[in-house]
Amino acid sequence: MPVITYSEALRQALREAMTNDPRVFIIGEDVVHYDSAYGVTKGFLKEFGPERIKDMPIAEAGYAGLGIGAAMNGLRPVVEMMTTNFAILALDMIINHAAKLHYMFGGQFTCPIVFRMPNGYGQLSATHSQAFDNYYAYMPGLKVVVPGTPYDAKGLMKAAIEDPDPVIFIEHTGIYNIKGEVPEESYTVPIGKSNLLHDGKDVTIVGYGRMIPYCQQAVETLASEGIDAALVDLRTIRPLDMEPVLESFRKTNRAVIATEEWTSVGVGSEIAARLYTEGFDHLDAPIWRVGFDEVPMPYAKNLEAHVVPNADSVIQAVKNVLAGKTQKIRQQ
Amino acid sequence: MEKQDLLADYRTMVLIRSFEEHCQQQYTRARIGGFLHLYVGQEAVAVGAIGALKAQDHLVTHYRDHGHALARGLEPKPLMAELFGRSTGTGKGKGGSMHFADKNKNFWGGYAIVGAHLLLAMGIAYSIKYKREVLGEADQDGVVMCFFGDGATNGGEFYEAVSMAALYKLPIVFLCENNEFAMGTPLSVHTSVTEIHKKASPFMPGERVNGNDVEEMRARALHAVNHARTEGPYFLEAMTYRLRGHSAADPQMYRTRDDINARRSGDPIALLKQKLIDQNLLTEKQAKQIDKEVEKEMDAVVQFAEESPAPDLSEAWTEIYSKPL
Repeated sequence: MPVITYSEALRQALREAMTNDPRVFIIGEDVVHYDSAYGVTKGFLKEFGPERIKDMPIAEAGYAGLGIGAAMNGLRPVVEMMTTNFAILALDMIINHAAKLHYMFGGQFTCPIVFRMPNGYGQLSATHSQAFDNYYAYMPGLKVVVPGTPYDAKGLMKAAIEDPDPVIFIEHTGIYNIKGEVPEESYTVPIGKSNLLHDGKDVTIVGYGRMIPYCQQAVETLASEGIDAALVDLRTIRPLDMEPVLESFRKTNRAVIATEEWTSVGVGSEIAARLYTEGFDHLDAPIWRVGFDEVPMPYAKNLEAHVVPNADSVIQAVKNVLAGKTQKIRQQ
Repeated sequence: MEKQDLLADYRTMVLIRSFEEHCQQQYTRARIGGFLHLYVGQEAVAVGAIGALKAQDHLVTHYRDHGHALARGLEPKPLMAELFGRSTGTGKGKGGSMHFADKNKNFWGGYAIVGAHLLLAMGIAYSIKYKREVLGEADQDGVVMCFFGDGATNGGEFYEAVSMAALYKLPIVFLCENNEFAMGTPLSVHTSVTEIHKKASPFMPGERVNGNDVEEMRARALHAVNHARTEGPYFLEAMTYRLRGHSAADPQMYRTRDDINARRSGDPIALLKQKLIDQNLLTEKQAKQIDKEVEKEMDAVVQFAEESPAPDLSEAWTEIYSKPL
């Protein structure tokens, strides 16, 4: 099977959807003349022509609304928001419109649209280094996928474009270049299905998106130290599929939740709550959560590295859980 | 284009007025909940402008949407049922007053976040052009007409919508109903450019029209729609006046009763009635007869809403997604 990058996997899915369905078109900031900010749609102008991929003004609500209107009238727009930081300027369009249209008009309209947006950081400071996964996952009417592997990136993108409802597709600049096995042929990964990536008996690590490669490293390192960790990749954070998480948790009785977000009131908070409410009888130790330190992202390299999670943060959290320690979340 | 049937327009305007009066009554009796934004005084804008649209054209509007729905030909019964929160309503009782819609009539609904729906309307217009030029659907010649109030023209979404509509030369008419108030804030207090059509003038042609004169409204809307169909976006500012509060629960501290009474001379229904009488197209007797017929129809409309069942509780959990999870 070919080994390709996460970015190339996304490109294959987008190319396939664009080729098979002329209703699919891409709009976003710098997707054409700049040739895509992170290179995912590189070369698409030549391949598909200027009507199928279009540069948008820096007016996030404007082109989000353009996409939603077009989706309501039967097209299949893929809207690239450049980054999640800028996408919040279009929150009203996504939250008050895309997510609600079908329900509030009694099912008369649908909104088959995909919003692509990467999280990420890299000495970009406070406003360019954020994650808002929880904002979207909070909202009934949206689907939110956050692939952590090249295989899932391709399969979930295909599923997102084919989905009849609005899908928020969260990527990450830090993993566009990770590599993995990806079939050349067409396939979809179902939205709303978590995936047991690695079985284990000592502790269940739950993660998604950018944390998956870190968690995979952590599982390997822990194995070399005699700790048998399981890893569940949520892949979708709305709708949430807890069954694979609970199935593993019922065996391990311990959990670490690894998400790249501010820990309080995050997606990880929900996973922890579900483990308490649905898995209470199986809980043998306090749950630990791994995330950003709760500070605006600093610029200096050492400060940034200090406040973001990585494989070591996951390993340390696992050891704390196994030692029965209690986590204190620091907010100031 | 057929000659405007002023008598038919008169009847529709009387129907809208009567519908709104009945809404007010039913609201007072607590059969209608939430916010109730009445269209009283603005009827000529909806009837004149929407009358310029063809069946294949599209309509997107704001939360004060009762008049637009009726002018587009939606039946009053499912509208009243929606207000009553009944399963026979246009939105099965899930949307309420601010979210009337009928997909079959290309009435894409009323939207309640001020200014936001201009972008959806722009997107619908974009899709029409895309379908024609990229998908090769030659019959796609619809125009989108998007209504909004003067209060919607200060936020960024307004400028994004007019700028992008011009950039892509979209088939869209932006129609501002300038009723001189953004909720309770007077025009001169909420904006620096009180001639609203001038705000769009760098982007597209436009004009200010008398929105209380259904004949002028229709004529200028026809011009606007034709321009949008063949050239690109057009902007209409319809001058009108809301004779009721912002909502049914508005004590109207921002104007006096005298202020309102002084504006009754501009009541579009009274103006049209006088014009029809002057032209020997209507007599006082016939006008009374129309009132009576509409009143009778409204009794049946209210009865339909009253007798319709409330939504089954299971409806709360349907249509969150179009493909159930």
